Amino acid sequence: MPIERRLTIWTVLTLAFTSGFIIMSIELLGGRILAPYFGSSIYVWGSIITVFMVALSFGYLIGGHLSTRAPRLRKYGLFFVAAAITAVPTILFGDAMMDWVFLRFEDPRYGSLLAAVLLFFIPTAILGMIAPYSVRLLVEESHHSGRVAGGLYFISTLGSALGTLLTSFYFVLLFEINEILVTMAIALICCFLIALFVDREVESEV
Amino acid sequence: MKLLLAVILLLGSTASYSDVVVHREKSLYRNIVVSEKAGKRCLIFSVKRQERNQTCIYIDDPTRIVFPYVRMTFAGLLVNPEPTRGLMIGMGGGTISTVLTSIYPDLTMDLVEVDQAVVNVATEYFGFRKTDQIDVHVADGRVFTRRALLKKEQYDLIILDAFTGEYIPEHLMTVEFLENIKNLLTPDGVLIANTFWGSALYHHESVTYSTVFGPLFSLKMPGTGNRVIVASRAELPDRKTLMANAIMLKPNFERYKIDLRKYVPNMDRDPDWKTDRRPLTDQFAPANLLRGR
Repeated sequence: MPIERRLTIWTVLTLAFTSGFIIMSIELLGGRILAPYFGSSIYVWGSIITVFMVALSFGYLIGGHLSTRAPRLRKYGLFFVAAAITAVPTILFGDAMMDWVFLRFEDPRYGSLLAAVLLFFIPTAILGMIAPYSVRLLVEESHHSGRVAGGLYFISTLGSALGTLLTSFYFVLLFEINEILVTMAIALICCFLIALFVDREVESEV
Repeated sequence: MKLLLAVILLLGSTASYSDVVVHREKSLYRNIVVSEKAGKRCLIFSVKRQERNQTCIYIDDPTRIVFPYVRMTFAGLLVNPEPTRGLMIGMGGGTISTVLTSIYPDLTMDLVEVDQAVVNVATEYFGFRKTDQIDVHVADGRVFTRRALLKKEQYDLIILDAFTGEYIPEHLMTVEFLENIKNLLTPDGVLIANTFWGSALYHHESVTYSTVFGPLFSLKMPGTGNRVIVASRAELPDRKTLMANAIMLKPNFERYKIDLRKYVPNMDRDPDWKTDRRPLTDQFAPANLLRGR
């Protein structure tokens, strides 16, 4: 296998792992972020999980579509930077948004649902686009596609598991929520830079 | 065979001493068990690992209070001996509100409990009665207090009793939450919080309360793992005033066999916690992880 091909594969796997990690880390922090306004009852978790699932499903759909148009690592990296940018309002204005929702929605079920949409839908949907696009970057022949997709789900879901575990066991004990979120955003930007760099390397080899 | 016999004997012996379960249900939040043993009926939230009685009553004398911490709670009244409007978060068997509203006929109370099943069990098995004086709200304490602030509600007595030894709702133990509580208090109102000592959380929790309220009374009594925090927006009264109030309240508490005077010497104003610990905030609230340390 040519070196640039191998480089692409490792980059995509690493980045897919990271995005899996970050999705679940943010989802878990979501419960913490909403609790001061909507409590920590089961419906708050219901809201968060619903919003993440819907956002991811639309992300998959859109990411799949985008992957049909001249897929490249450079474009792949844009998902990461876009997710980082769209997470900024959540970090900076999350409280203001939840205040707004709290004033308008008496029932904490719908309040938490709307707040979860405002805070998490867009960055999560963008992170969801990464999965199908990763498949496209890795698949070379159609009869391998199932194996490639399986390997990718394996890596990114392991990332999710680790993100869940580290966040709930250790990060919340060591850092503030916003410190964790900012770190995630920086990690996403690093992913973007890696994608750019590898894209250039790969293209210059060709 | 020997082993089998031993097991049978063991089962037999535990059965004869163990509680008679009169009610068991799984609520949205926990397993609730009501059991009876030696003349007492108890509400138990967690039965698997450790038996934690949330509340107990004597079956033939419900006015007698079983737990020291329940009696300790009333020590908060020494700071404000004539409350008129109370808020209680976490209701347990409802004993505290029942006692308070019978002692103070002019006191009205909002009772906030997250779990409808707890309200039902309190009503069915612990003699809790909703009266003209008591309003029960099934809601999250944080959501309720935020709403109450918007409505500009004021209370001169707030009791936080949402913490068990097993689990702490982390969003109810942060600086921001206590700021909410403080803003709900009248200038001379009193906050009473039933908490525990004996883990790393004790220090963080104490620092969190004193960050918001400044000096606190921290009440511990020998032989209990409970600690009652008493705080106020106003300056805390001196021991003489506390004692005067205890004497004044004595007749009211007589039928419950509570003498508040014995708490006065234990109401410590000087921190016995590590004051350099980090306060808990909405951003940093690993209360349950700290509790395990």
